Amino acid sequence: MLRLSDLHAHYGRAHILQGVSLHVRPGEVHVLLGRNGAGKSTTMKAIMGLVPPTSGGVEFLGQPIAGLEPFEVARRGLGYVPEERRVFAELTVAENLEVGRQKPREGLAPWSVERICGVFPSLAAMLKRPGGRMSGGEQQMLTIGRTLMGNPRLVLLDEPSEGLAPVIVDRMADAVRALRAEGMSILLSEQNWHFASRVGDAASIIEKGAIVWRGSMAELLADEAARGRYLTV
Amino acid sequence: MLGNLVVQALSGLASAASLFLVSAGLTVIFGVTRIVNFAHGSFYMLGAYLGWTLATNLPRGHVPFWGGVVLAAVIVGLVGVVVELLLLRRIYKAPELFQLLATFGVVLVVQDAALWIWGPQDLLGPRAPGLRGAVYILDSRFPLYDLVLIGIGIAVFLLLWLLFQRTRFGILVRAATADREMVGALGVNQRLLFTGVFFLGSALAGLAGALQVPRESVNLQMDLAIIAEAFVVVVVGGLGSLPGAALAALLLGQMQAFGILVFPQITLVLVFLVMAAVLVVRPYGLLGRAPAGHAASLAPVEPPIAPLSPRGRLVAGVALVLALLAPLVLADYALVVMTEICLAILFAATLHFIMGPGGMASFGHAAYFGIGAYAAALLVKHLAAPMELSLLAAPFAAGIAGLAFGWFCVRLSGVYAAMLTMAFAQIAWSTAFQWVDFTGGDNGILGVWPPAWAVPKPVQAWGTLILCLGGAFLLRRAIFAPFGAALRAQRDSVLRAEAIGIDTMRIRWFAFAIAAAFAGLAGALFAFTKGSVFPTYMAIPRSIDGLMMVLLGGVQTVTGPILGAIAYTGLHEQLMRVTELWRAVLGAIIIALVLFFPRGLAGLGARS
Repeated sequence: MLRLSDLHAHYGRAHILQGVSLHVRPGEVHVLLGRNGAGKSTTMKAIMGLVPPTSGGVEFLGQPIAGLEPFEVARRGLGYVPEERRVFAELTVAENLEVGRQKPREGLAPWSVERICGVFPSLAAMLKRPGGRMSGGEQQMLTIGRTLMGNPRLVLLDEPSEGLAPVIVDRMADAVRALRAEGMSILLSEQNWHFASRVGDAASIIEKGAIVWRGSMAELLADEAARGRYLTV
Repeated sequence: MLGNLVVQALSGLASAASLFLVSAGLTVIFGVTRIVNFAHGSFYMLGAYLGWTLATNLPRGHVPFWGGVVLAAVIVGLVGVVVELLLLRRIYKAPELFQLLATFGVVLVVQDAALWIWGPQDLLGPRAPGLRGAVYILDSRFPLYDLVLIGIGIAVFLLLWLLFQRTRFGILVRAATADREMVGALGVNQRLLFTGVFFLGSALAGLAGALQVPRESVNLQMDLAIIAEAFVVVVVGGLGSLPGAALAALLLGQMQAFGILVFPQITLVLVFLVMAAVLVVRPYGLLGRAPAGHAASLAPVEPPIAPLSPRGRLVAGVALVLALLAPLVLADYALVVMTEICLAILFAATLHFIMGPGGMASFGHAAYFGIGAYAAALLVKHLAAPMELSLLAAPFAAGIAGLAFGWFCVRLSGVYAAMLTMAFAQIAWSTAFQWVDFTGGDNGILGVWPPAWAVPKPVQAWGTLILCLGGAFLLRRAIFAPFGAALRAQRDSVLRAEAIGIDTMRIRWFAFAIAAAFAGLAGALFAFTKGSVFPTYMAIPRSIDGLMMVLLGGVQTVTGPILGAIAYTGLHEQLMRVTELWRAVLGAIIIALVLFFPRGLAGLGARS
């Protein structure tokens, strides 16, 4: 569904992505694992066109999307939930959701404010609250909801568990599983192995800007050596 | 007495209303596009001229008059859209200062277009139908039209508020003001948003201009006069904040209305002092917020500056020898041009010192040039001081001004710091302009001639050549000295520089004062070569001239400002000789340069 082939990207002169190849299949939760600074967030940004790839290909639903502007990528059905959340602090929750709203997509049940409140019930009570006056977990739910309002076919979730209390992380895991149950494809970047292992179907491990391990979650669970080499600090 | 005060407060409200209309457009455009649009004042002027044309040509009556006002606003909005589509859309990713320069190119083009279409004379429009009279408030007269203007200001504020709170367009505008990259990543086509915002903002400026027609004459100075005030309003209110603009416009309107009663001599100064005071207490304006980290531009990493290569030194040496020999053979006119180029080189080198190694932007560098010129001229006029002493004193005067103004400016960063430098330049300008007894006001100070030995043109050329190139050389030395290394270190990273023990604010402050002192020397020399000084020496266009030279040459090279000064002064001179409409041609050239060489002339050499 989403295929990266030998993707390279730079920040100024720093060569961050040095040939990332990755394949996300329809309906799966694909976890991108790796240590801090390995290139997880940059991979996400390169897919969206926020960091223009310097070479290599990005294919989404069989169409090349590398080089498109972020809004065009989003309109093709790729939703992006940034690591830093980037809630619009002065806009209310309802207004934040409105910013994300896009036309319904063929073959998908359209997302609405009501439906998002169904997935994240705590948002329902705070629709008029400014985004800046919410807790970290609430902001994370809002950012995911905001992206869902664009009716994406695949969501890029960048470290959704970062900085959240364990209870909230559990709720995030429930939400990811709920989305998967509805048929949503997800590329999830994580450092939190515990969280990743609970929600992922497939996994890729990135190190120094390149994929060094790939396989199913069951294989990774069994491969203690790889986890030791690539994931422990 | 009470009636007087009430009427004064009301007339303050009337000025606030039109100031708000202009500033609202400017702040909304900045919020979304991050472009500091100098041309916004030109849109206001265009609105006034169009309003005048429509009011004088349409039949009399309520419907044609108000229809004409609305039509003028719509036309100006469309002009704004054309500018956005043809020019700004191509340079959204260029460095901020280049965008500013491009919009200043638009200012020049619009100025000459207006001169060409409407002529140089002030135009008086008809009064608004049915609103010629006045009302009596506590026995004091107040123009009826001004009352209507207040009403329009309030109505437009409410309409804008509804637009921003209740419509999808408004919500997107507010979201983009906070974090436009995120808005794009959510699938919003920012091009449409930018164009829409430009239409809205420009139309508001046009509306404000057209509404001025029944109040005052329409003239070619309106653009820069209003843009300076609108910048103050927008910065005091907080860039991108609509309620902030309204609040600041109210504040400024009242200050002007009551300032006239209390300090008639310094009303202009007062406005800019308020701005400086507000920015020191609230660096992002009354209702502004620190810009989100994500909005920071992805400016490319600049390579460190290096001394000239042996080949470059050879070329520079040969050029210097030729320049020293030139006064022996050149005719007087050529020598005058050469003198001007030398002065431009020193002026540009001082501005570059702040901008390149210092990493600060200045929209008001002419202040120090002008203060140097005025210091020299005042010494000559009031104390009959000899030229030699005046030339020695002028850099001190300018340096002290640099210390005083710089203390405020180095505390802010980015656009806010640049705006503050402009505010201080406007303070200097308005002092020279309004303090007629001391400075001669608009008539300037005449008879600032050098002593007999320095009258021949070759002597003047040699003198300025040696002093100016000497000054530029000293600045270059400073850039490569430990002081300059520290200055460049704080530009690249304030945090890291502080961590190794550099007092970054202090080093910026000293750099600012040093640059001001040398600019003052250039100004004093300029005064003696021209024999006179005028407030225009400190006006916005001269500050822009300096910016132009530095940016044309390229900010991150030491030779850049020198090349830029030569190219720009030469171009300016030639254009003024060839055509009446030199401003338009210059503006077009600036726009073309920004479009095709966004890294400057020196950057061109570096790439090849």
